Amino acid sequence: MNLNENYKLPETYETPSRFRNTIGKYTIKRNSNCISCGLCAKLCPYGVHQRYDNYSKPIRPVEHKCIGPICKENSYYCIDRCPQKALTLRPNPILETMGDYRWTSEMLIAHFEMAETGSLPKVNLEYDLGNSGGGFDKIRFIKPDQHKYIDISDDKIDTSVQLNKTGDGRPIKTISIPCYGGGMSYGSTALPVMVGRARAAKRLNTLTCTGEGGYPPELLPYKDHVITQVATGLFGVREETIKYCPVMEFKYAQGAKPGLGGHLLGSKVTPAVAAMRETVVGSSLFSPFPFHSVYSVEDHKKHVDWMKEINHNVLVSVKVSTPTDVDMVAVGAYYAGAHIVHIDGSYGGTGAAPDIAKKNIAMPIEYAIPKVHNFLLNEGARDKICLIASGGIRNAMDVAKAIALGADGVVIGTAELVALECVRCSNCESGRGCARGIATTDPELGYMITEEYAEQRIINMYMAWRKQWCEILRGFGMKSLKELVGRSDLLVHLDYLDESERKKYKPAPNIQMVI
Amino acid sequence: MPKKYHIYVSPVPPRLNPIGKYTTIEFREDCAGSCRKCVKKKCIYDIFKNNYLHMSTMEEPEYLYTCNSCFRCVQECTKGIFSRVINPEYRALGDKYWTPDIIYKTWFQAHSGKIPVSGAGYRGPFVGYGFDSMWTDMSEIVRPTRDGIHGREYINTCIELSRRPLRLSFNDDMSLATKVPPILEIPLPILFQQPDFGVLSPNILISIAKAAEKIGTLMFIKAKDITSDLIPYVSNLIPCINKNNFRDYTEIIRMCRMVEIDYEQGIKDEISQLRQINQDLFISVGIRVNKEAAQSALEIAQKDIDTIHFYADNNGQEYDSENPLFIKEKIREVHLALVKKSIRRKVNLLFSGGMAMAEHVAKAIICGADGVVIDHPLLIAMECRMCYRCKNGLSCPSKLEEVEPSYGSQRAINLIGAWHSQLLEIMGAMGLREARRLRGEVGRSMWFEDLEKECFGPIFGKRQVSLN
Repeated sequence: MNLNENYKLPETYETPSRFRNTIGKYTIKRNSNCISCGLCAKLCPYGVHQRYDNYSKPIRPVEHKCIGPICKENSYYCIDRCPQKALTLRPNPILETMGDYRWTSEMLIAHFEMAETGSLPKVNLEYDLGNSGGGFDKIRFIKPDQHKYIDISDDKIDTSVQLNKTGDGRPIKTISIPCYGGGMSYGSTALPVMVGRARAAKRLNTLTCTGEGGYPPELLPYKDHVITQVATGLFGVREETIKYCPVMEFKYAQGAKPGLGGHLLGSKVTPAVAAMRETVVGSSLFSPFPFHSVYSVEDHKKHVDWMKEINHNVLVSVKVSTPTDVDMVAVGAYYAGAHIVHIDGSYGGTGAAPDIAKKNIAMPIEYAIPKVHNFLLNEGARDKICLIASGGIRNAMDVAKAIALGADGVVIGTAELVALECVRCSNCESGRGCARGIATTDPELGYMITEEYAEQRIINMYMAWRKQWCEILRGFGMKSLKELVGRSDLLVHLDYLDESERKKYKPAPNIQMVI
Repeated sequence: MPKKYHIYVSPVPPRLNPIGKYTTIEFREDCAGSCRKCVKKKCIYDIFKNNYLHMSTMEEPEYLYTCNSCFRCVQECTKGIFSRVINPEYRALGDKYWTPDIIYKTWFQAHSGKIPVSGAGYRGPFVGYGFDSMWTDMSEIVRPTRDGIHGREYINTCIELSRRPLRLSFNDDMSLATKVPPILEIPLPILFQQPDFGVLSPNILISIAKAAEKIGTLMFIKAKDITSDLIPYVSNLIPCINKNNFRDYTEIIRMCRMVEIDYEQGIKDEISQLRQINQDLFISVGIRVNKEAAQSALEIAQKDIDTIHFYADNNGQEYDSENPLFIKEKIREVHLALVKKSIRRKVNLLFSGGMAMAEHVAKAIICGADGVVIDHPLLIAMECRMCYRCKNGLSCPSKLEEVEPSYGSQRAINLIGAWHSQLLEIMGAMGLREARRLRGEVGRSMWFEDLEKECFGPIFGKRQVSLN
């Protein structure tokens, strides 16, 4: 039930991995005893074993589709049924080398699967919780009252977010999912990735953001779904790029590097990037901090007015990080006339940032959301501004928890890249950039990805997430995600429960990792 | 305006292959042999470049140490023969406090002099032990522009190690009546000390002393270890002496700017005797961090001394306690005790033990220290693995005994250069231009307990589980 009645959610369809060998939770090996009888291919309903009519030799199993030892209960369990006992099944040891405390290997693999199929994974993977031991990973939704459950289909549930609540006569922009794409600049990500994200945003009726590296002309066909970011470097910001956009975003700070400007290291400044940013090829680009024309809320208002004057229909978003006075900053943004205040927590993603900043500066988003939400409530301003959160929001449950803590919607960056098979190896910033063709400006690597692939994988992931949101809402008897905003009474934190209560909830993963 | 302080770094490659986190492994019996799509040729990091060369020379393959974990070889090999494991040698680095990650990043900084920069977001736990349970603040708009590492306005990181009068008095003609003691200033809040274990060959000590001289900081060293080779650096050395042996080192005490005397009851006389040996001498009193640290600090601060140097254990914990507190809490305790008695301004507080990363410097100062003293990071800069074999008399896998001063000192300089840059980043983000203003500024930090209480308390009630 979207406000735009003509809008239909996009279709999902299978968009396989770009890579020959996928990574799964389990590994299945076929030894030389195999006589290629084809029984396993006939038996497996998940498509782990494949066989083609005109090719009789055994093919390596598609491991990531295997549901593992749990399958033993089934009559089609290939390991037991193989007449030659040629198959072995084990947990995949490579998982230990993948992921980290925040994005565990299982969460990564699950998102690959969602992006491939548009559905939630069939394999038993923990994709709702990371291993960080705090914040979202310790927060759970309470067990809903069974009597409240409403049995309606997903398409009857409203997951839209209204971006303009001010009633100032500007468009009431509505996005159909509670997420839009975070700023990733021309220079930090490959052009097909940028365009793919914009195409996905168009089909999902949401938005994506240019980042601070300028507005490539390839985005123009999708301009109604592209936010123009104005950051401190002002790279590629022109009057026409403000005129194109439905929403413009002032980036005061970024969660991953609060108080520091953007970093684009020299090796990623190719001739095309340099031309877009009007800079020198190969020269590292460090955006200044802060806006040198903004030293007060009044200065900020001047900026907001300036943008509103250039484009009479534009909505203004103010992106700030999460200092100790984030609540005051948010209310300042509101009084300056912003439509959206976007708070970016300290554990957010980036193309390049000093490790010391990522870990230490500013507070995690889990604290900032209720702090800002409650402050705006007390100020009587909450229903006049759209509160968007980002920075370390990794999966559908994090989105729902962020909304229950008080956000209207969220901005997603890393998860979209994970849908494109980012493994979070952290090498986005160096040399030719991402070896997997995502965060790179290298012409050769950039063509590892097609726009169509990026578009569909991102759509698939969001549509899988939507299924989870709908299930949560049905459980609580809600028909719209808007009803969930600020419902922190529906949340519990494991560390705040006594032991007996805590046992009723899924325990927080607690695995010692080597990082 | 004084000349801008800068630490000149230059790359110093490691003597040994650094131990990488990941190791690619391949099941060669399944290799197609003459595959034209061999992933080894396509590796964008060229880690397999010398693959065959090292086989012929029977050396360890470099790719064991340089994998950047992009998974492309694993995922693209036509036969799927690649896998990866965590390098067992990497796992064996350090211990629970001195983690492999800390050691690895210290090596990087000592090699390059650069601050660690990476893509993607933070990868660690939400909150952790000790300094990992606090975050530093930042300012969105109202702030001075930063110097950062990219050079704009100057951020001053100087601290003083000299005592100050608690008040000034003036003569009738408004001239200054108080005799203002001399000032000892160092350009950054990081001092060195001789590690308490490790292969401490003369060259290692010379390396540290030389680095201290170049950077302009000071090094705490046992007076007995000041050999003739170290005399050229004596003005950057702080000989550590005690009540019983200081008369043996009068010559050194005359030459150096500062000494440190171990704290014992009744050292007042010894302090005046030290001043008689060298009238311009600055005096530090060294004391272990224990339960009585705050009380001891109050006593020592009354004496005619300049600085109190607290020693925590190697992991930053207090001594002589069954439930030891971490140095973060102890700094806070000592600082506040002195503030409460209005004597904090008179003396300077240095803390050592457990200072393992650049962020610890800023956080220790926020808690109330004037500066920090480091030891093991300097050894790690020279490729120490913190394997503790030397403690048992076994050989050093990093051959620290072979360290040359030119190599060792520049590696230490590079590390401190990177730490200094990171201190500037953190202070720049806060909008502070003066390290001395950071001291005790807890308002520019956020603590786990406070955030939980403020943000989660109204929602979830009372926390039932303590952090540690």
